[in-house]
Amino acid sequence: MNRDRRDFLAQSTKLLFLTGAAQLGFEALLRGEPEAAPNYKTTDHWWGMIIDIEKCIGCGNCVRACKEENDVPREPYYFRTWVERYHVPDGDIERPQVDSPNGGYDGFPEKYRAGDGAKSFFVPKMCNHCAHSPCVQVCPVGATFESPDGVVLVDPTYCLGCRYCVQACPYGCRYIDPRTHTVDKCSLCYHRITKGLTTACCEACPTEARVLGDLKDPKDPIHEFLRTHKVQVLKPQMATGSKTYYNGLDGSVR
Amino acid sequence: MKVLFGHKDHLVRMAALFLAGIVVFLVLKAVFVPKGFGVYGHYRAGALEENRAHPVAYAGRAACVECHSDVPETAKGGGHAFIRCEACHGPLAAHAGDPGEHQAVRPESKVLCARCHAPNVARPARFPQVDPAEHAGDEACTACHTAHNPRQQKEGAK
Amino acid sequence: MESILHGVEGYMYPNEMELQWSVLIVLYPFITGLVAGAFILASLERVFRVESVKPTYRLALLTALAFLLVAPLPLQLHLGHPERSLEMYLTPHTASAMAMFGFVYLWYLMAVLVLEIWLDYRRDIVRLAQTATGPLRYLYRAMTLGSYDVSEEALRVDDRAGYVITLIGIPSAFLLHGYVGFIFGSVKANPWWSTPLMPIVFLFSAIVSGIATVMLLYMAATRLRQATIDMRCLDTIARYLFYAFIIDFSLEMLDLVHRIYEADESFHTLDFMVKTRLYLPHIVVQIVLGTLVPLGLLALTQLVNLTERARRGTYALAGVLTLVGIFAMRWNVVIGGQLFSKSFLGYTTYKMAFATREGLLPAVLLMILPFVILWALVRLLPPWTDGREAETAA
Repeated sequence: MNRDRRDFLAQSTKLLFLTGAAQLGFEALLRGEPEAAPNYKTTDHWWGMIIDIEKCIGCGNCVRACKEENDVPREPYYFRTWVERYHVPDGDIERPQVDSPNGGYDGFPEKYRAGDGAKSFFVPKMCNHCAHSPCVQVCPVGATFESPDGVVLVDPTYCLGCRYCVQACPYGCRYIDPRTHTVDKCSLCYHRITKGLTTACCEACPTEARVLGDLKDPKDPIHEFLRTHKVQVLKPQMATGSKTYYNGLDGSVR
Repeated sequence: MKVLFGHKDHLVRMAALFLAGIVVFLVLKAVFVPKGFGVYGHYRAGALEENRAHPVAYAGRAACVECHSDVPETAKGGGHAFIRCEACHGPLAAHAGDPGEHQAVRPESKVLCARCHAPNVARPARFPQVDPAEHAGDEACTACHTAHNPRQQKEGAK
Repeated sequence: MESILHGVEGYMYPNEMELQWSVLIVLYPFITGLVAGAFILASLERVFRVESVKPTYRLALLTALAFLLVAPLPLQLHLGHPERSLEMYLTPHTASAMAMFGFVYLWYLMAVLVLEIWLDYRRDIVRLAQTATGPLRYLYRAMTLGSYDVSEEALRVDDRAGYVITLIGIPSAFLLHGYVGFIFGSVKANPWWSTPLMPIVFLFSAIVSGIATVMLLYMAATRLRQATIDMRCLDTIARYLFYAFIIDFSLEMLDLVHRIYEADESFHTLDFMVKTRLYLPHIVVQIVLGTLVPLGLLALTQLVNLTERARRGTYALAGVLTLVGIFAMRWNVVIGGQLFSKSFLGYTTYKMAFATREGLLPAVLLMILPFVILWALVRLLPPWTDGREAETAA
């Protein structure tokens, strides 16, 4: 491929996939100075996530990608995102069988038989980036916080390691990193989404079961999705203002 | 020492001690509260930038097609057209940054394809699933299928 | 990985395998409870004029101080970054139930306990500053703050100020421990903790444990000093212990009955946990051995005329069982609240280490430490009012 043609193609494909601010951010990224990505104004964004259970095939790509991208400890057992397999016998939503072998990192070896009278499905889990986060509420020093663009983040240089936030999260999304003794959790790939990229889990998802959305951007397809699907958040009774919306969420999921 | 406050003198002394303690506390607070704390909310403003500074491992599809523009052409119209490159090829930001220094490794189709397409009752029923051993024996999936457009059979495929 | 999954039953969220709060966090409410309880016993004499408990007034104050000095240590030891704990004072997050602990603690330590003890002991401090020899003399002199005025007028001022401080102290003691209860009771994600009753249950169990501790310490100290025990005082303390225990038990039962009757989404999980993993610490140790038996023993002393000797024995036994029961209660709250998954689908086990930072050994040492401090405090500021202070002070 000659250089000119490559450049031309690069330009046109870039236009295909990126627009405006995202593209400028992307250029800064390619220059190898991502922190200089311009044009990102925190007040112009409000991030959320769509997880479509009807599309999840339990391949574990998101779990692996997340650990790769965010340097999550492989062992012993910590996850920023993980996938659960539900097996609900005969619609008994109060007693589902659930497993998540190594968080889904190695995929899910077949365990159930087709036609056993139960329904089975995968449920990817991650931080819900709640608008009224119980974890942020309980942090005694302000080491975990909600960014102006709606992402719940951790300040590892300020975290005491008191673990109160781990107790306060109803979804089990937080863990103490054994290397730093500070709390860690999904950052919604803040280093990516502020540069016009999507999260690592969305990037790696082969079925678009997870899609990042900017709720403040009227052109973002998330609005169309939320309009045309019956969505639910996890544990709505907790009233945490979760911004991770599930399509096709079964009543047995908790 | 002179007694200034009559029989309450000792209380005044204690009060002065408390006051001194409070002053020390206020001084410590002024000195040790990190810069930028409370600018956006109850946290260190610098933490936002530090979170952004984390290195990227997955370059994103746009970076891939800058060079590999032929792949979207092949994939067009097929079942894999919307899949982002690094879903199968793994994180390649290092490769995108310097393709000479960092080689991308071609994934092993027998392992890779099965991750998504091995039969599993928890998978959506309409999702294409096949037992690789039953379907093709020891043959690599890519012997017949074009990875980027799997319905397209390769030449000479059975 | 296998070692992590060991003891896990059913489904837990992956990040839940490891317990977050260890035995050290069990000590924290236990120790602060003793502080609050001991102080409330002391204030009985001061504010409510229960003259008969006077012999324990100063001992109770010193006990409260000794335990309060140790209270933050288990927390400190448990932190991932103990060196950052000052942040709690520098940038306290007002929405956090935990952030205010530092301030409540300092307020209670300085404005209540230290002040009250200082005012009450001032006459002794001045006397000791003038008579003591050796390096201790300088300590006493520092404690006088350079004021040697112990005239009747000055002492009257002290008494009035001390009264006001005790008045402030009672709600402060309630605050201190009710607040510890709130740290747990306000975690809505955890149904085992989340109940508005938690602060008040913590408070009354604190009073119970504090009274029992001072009662036992008083009995032990008089025996060590070969002094005669004031039975009127002991009977009164035991009676208050009995009353406080009845309220505490009623509140705990109210909580239990309410949970069973409402049987919300978490009920099956918690019910199963109490009947299996928590059966020994909760049903056997906390409720039967640590509550019903001492309550029965205390009731016996109220109903039947026992000899002094028999009463002393009964009180001692009831006191020890009470402390075991209250400790079990703290254990069951802190550890029990982490044994089940927030998915309500599984359970894990607490594996206590021994000689690690959060193991059994530091916990035992932390439980011994307050008694060492108390011993030192008693040497420094003898609390005895039966005319033998001169010999002990020397």
